[in-house]
Amino acid sequence: MKRRIVLATLAAPAMLRAQGTSGPIKIGLMAPLTGVAASGGREIVEGFQMYFETINGRIGGRAVEVTVEDDASNPDTALQKARRLVEQGNVHFLFGNLLANTGLAVANYVRGTGTPYFIPVIAADDLTQRSRLPNVVRVAGYSASQFSRPLADWAYKQGFRRIATISQDYTFGHEQCGGFAQKFTSLGGRVLQQFWHPLNTSDFSPYMGQLANAGVDAIFAMETGADATRLIQAYASFGLKGRIPLMGAMNASDQSVIRTMGAEAEGIVSAAHFAEGSTNAITQAFVADYDRRFQKLPSLYGFSHFSGAMWVAEALKTIGADAENRERLLAAVRATTLTGSPLGAPVSLDAYGNPVYDAFIRRVVRRPDGKLWNAPIETYPRVDQFWGFEPEAYMRQPAYSRAFQGPR
Amino acid sequence: MRAVFILAGLVALASMPLLLPSYQLGIASEILIFSVLAMSVNLLAGYAGRTPLCHGAIFGTSTYVVIIAAAAGVPVWAACLLGVAAAGGLSVVFGIIAVRTSGVYFLLLTLALGLIIWGICLRWTGVTGGENGLRGDLRQGWLADSQRLYWLILVVGAVLTFAMWRLVRSPFGLTLRAIKDSPSRMAALGHDVPAHLFAAFVASGLFAGAAGALYALFNDFVSPTTVALPQSVEGLLMAIVGGVGNILGGLVGAFVLIALEQFVSAYTERWLSVLGLTAIAIMLFAPQGLLGLLQRKSQ
Amino acid sequence: MLGFQLLNGLTFAALLFVVASGFTLVFGLLRIVNLAHGALYLLGGYVAYEVGGRSGSFAAGVVAAMVAVALAGLALDRGLLRFVKGQDLRQVLLTVGVGLVLNDLFLVIWGGDAFTVPTPEALQGAAVVMGVFYPKYRLFVLLAGVAIFVLLWLVMNRTRYGALIRAGVDDAEMLSATGVDQGRLFVITFMLGSALAGLGGAMGGAFLSLYPGADAEILVFSLAVVIIGGRGSLEGAAIGALLIGLLNTFGQVWFPELSYFVVFGPMALLLAFRPYGLFGRAA
Repeated sequence: MKRRIVLATLAAPAMLRAQGTSGPIKIGLMAPLTGVAASGGREIVEGFQMYFETINGRIGGRAVEVTVEDDASNPDTALQKARRLVEQGNVHFLFGNLLANTGLAVANYVRGTGTPYFIPVIAADDLTQRSRLPNVVRVAGYSASQFSRPLADWAYKQGFRRIATISQDYTFGHEQCGGFAQKFTSLGGRVLQQFWHPLNTSDFSPYMGQLANAGVDAIFAMETGADATRLIQAYASFGLKGRIPLMGAMNASDQSVIRTMGAEAEGIVSAAHFAEGSTNAITQAFVADYDRRFQKLPSLYGFSHFSGAMWVAEALKTIGADAENRERLLAAVRATTLTGSPLGAPVSLDAYGNPVYDAFIRRVVRRPDGKLWNAPIETYPRVDQFWGFEPEAYMRQPAYSRAFQGPR
Repeated sequence: MRAVFILAGLVALASMPLLLPSYQLGIASEILIFSVLAMSVNLLAGYAGRTPLCHGAIFGTSTYVVIIAAAAGVPVWAACLLGVAAAGGLSVVFGIIAVRTSGVYFLLLTLALGLIIWGICLRWTGVTGGENGLRGDLRQGWLADSQRLYWLILVVGAVLTFAMWRLVRSPFGLTLRAIKDSPSRMAALGHDVPAHLFAAFVASGLFAGAAGALYALFNDFVSPTTVALPQSVEGLLMAIVGGVGNILGGLVGAFVLIALEQFVSAYTERWLSVLGLTAIAIMLFAPQGLLGLLQRKSQ
Repeated sequence: MLGFQLLNGLTFAALLFVVASGFTLVFGLLRIVNLAHGALYLLGGYVAYEVGGRSGSFAAGVVAAMVAVALAGLALDRGLLRFVKGQDLRQVLLTVGVGLVLNDLFLVIWGGDAFTVPTPEALQGAAVVMGVFYPKYRLFVLLAGVAIFVLLWLVMNRTRYGALIRAGVDDAEMLSATGVDQGRLFVITFMLGSALAGLGGAMGGAFLSLYPGADAEILVFSLAVVIIGGRGSLEGAAIGALLIGLLNTFGQVWFPELSYFVVFGPMALLLAFRPYGLFGRAA
């Protein structure tokens, strides 16, 4: 694949002159096309590209030029590619990245350059909370702990009172578990045990016996990528499935995980801002279109970048496609309410640059054609990143970590 | 005559900030930093006959220490010295364990030692930030300007290269080379072979630490990938591609590999394949590196 | 609970043994540190996934994986390594290059999704062992590991081929003095070592899943096993695998924050006293 995708080269000169701008809108998209996160990275590019194809590569009369760079799942490489896009490619704004460490490295860089940076997948809480930057906006993304809270509420309503969590031991995991643990305990439930394991743990068996004997009503699992596959398999093969219900952070049962799995993944409940099994007509049209183009159902990475691209494009339309003016662009993005996207209900940003969603509680079920997908079983309206907490008070408490999972 | 060449080379390097746009200048800075890392590998691989695979870990340890110390309020220059000292301390430990072995054992052992450092950086979340790494705030005031930073790196790099040149030409360096050719003969002649190798290991670690401290200033960010095995492999490949046993081999190797990556990744995502094929080709056709190849051609 | 974790450690050790035994054989006789061994493991896993999935037979997948990876080993040995014969450092770096290329190739062919080798019905689900549920497949891995150890031990200690290998591991010059066709012996050993990596990939791919990065994980563990056990020693590989397998399991249970250190720390300690491993000698 060519690195540079020029989606539409035919400019409309008269129109551009009238707007006082020239040349295409230049976008730098970074995604891990090699390394551990390569499959998600591929879908970032697919979802992003698909959106611009549906609008014929033009926004408000201006052509769009997307330059794709591989961040190699490596923060040092991500930094270098961000420099290349901004300093050499002169892109008007940056988009993408998948792993939190790559996103945080790039955010540290754009803090100095002021380049707008849109992050539909990077979920690190503090990027829209304690250390938010005016030019980093989470269009069509979410903060890590955001959907764990409605899931905790749902779990409590199912009658679960005692929970164990198992999670990858890094900030993303601490935050997702923290959101769950804090909400669940505030309702009166108890988190009996929390297991933290290194990323890319080869063998999950040591945890299975401990989970089975923990004496809990349900398990909350925060896993991504191959770890998610391995955990779900171990959960089934060690006979826990059918005995202790499994709930997951959205990554654990994302399409990127369950599309290569079988019956062992069925029944996992998670919470997210998207459900590929939703009955919403626009969502279904998107899922079918994606399936036709790429022979797979869209994952978090694909739909987020499709929707994120749509969000910024809608914002650009309101300012005459004036991508050069950063302040105006950022203000327009913040003012935009995204409608008609695959996410379903209209979405807008809170005062901190993080979207407010109708959150789905979803269950992995089998479609008539045999494929697994996440179908919504309940909806929590208007879930923001602080859900139920007063923002300033919330941000005075420490960031979630292995040590802090909400006040005890 | 040689002095003229060196002077011309230095002038050319020093004028880069006036010629290159900012991104390319960043790449030039990176080349200089990694040439110091490759030079440190070269001291062991080219002059002492011991090929290490832990220098990424030593380099990255220095980077971590600089960023952690600066965040704790230590002045940046002092943080850099601390970083180099930490790299030196680590090399003392590694050196004690490793110098008793040679050949592939030395390589394997240093690889394993490097993995321990990587494991610690990944798991000691409270100090190292774990997987997400640490964002620094070093590029302030005088250092905020990337041209000045380049000149700083160039000056440090030139001083280190000169020091290395003196080192390998000193009696110590000559003994090292003799040890490389025949350790048993040198031992029989009454030389303390392990002590020489140990000293070379620590010296090499200090150079790698200096490179790591410069990298902290340049990148302003550190994560476990900086201490991971690929970093060590890259440092070694640069040394070998340029040519081990040649003082400028590291610079040539760093330039070739980084320039190649820049060029290749503009056209294809298959950079890893290109890197792998380059390594294979060098091993098959030019094990003495590009400088070695040139020398052979000219003879 | 202790028995349960012991089983976990043993089953993981069984897999590590299979992979590391191939590594140590090649290292021992040919003096080649094959850092592409992890990539060969992953190749075996992917082949088993494809063949096993299409044919519906786990056994066919395993056999295909062993054959395919043995052939890949043959190509690697004859096509590349023989040009740098006897120069161990050039060989190591060459295999690093091969590992990079293979890894990238897998990404092109299979994408980055995590795959699992399908297992036969009889090995799915859990059996009751010592009063606890335990996956049948992992018990199978344990048995297979023991069987392979016994088989390899018999080959090494009861056959002429094994005697030659042992002679070669101890003293390469003595081997050439015996007048055997060294080239053929080396090729066969390289293919056997590769086939063991492929077998490991097929076995491991069914419970540890296959994805870009799985090769590095298993390579690091195998290196630790071989470094602890010593070059070319089958018994050393077995003991090293047990040690690493158990340390990894109990480390995760008792010292979750230190899990990598629990594996590599004791290895470093051992190396400080025995740089050539438990059963190894200087080459």
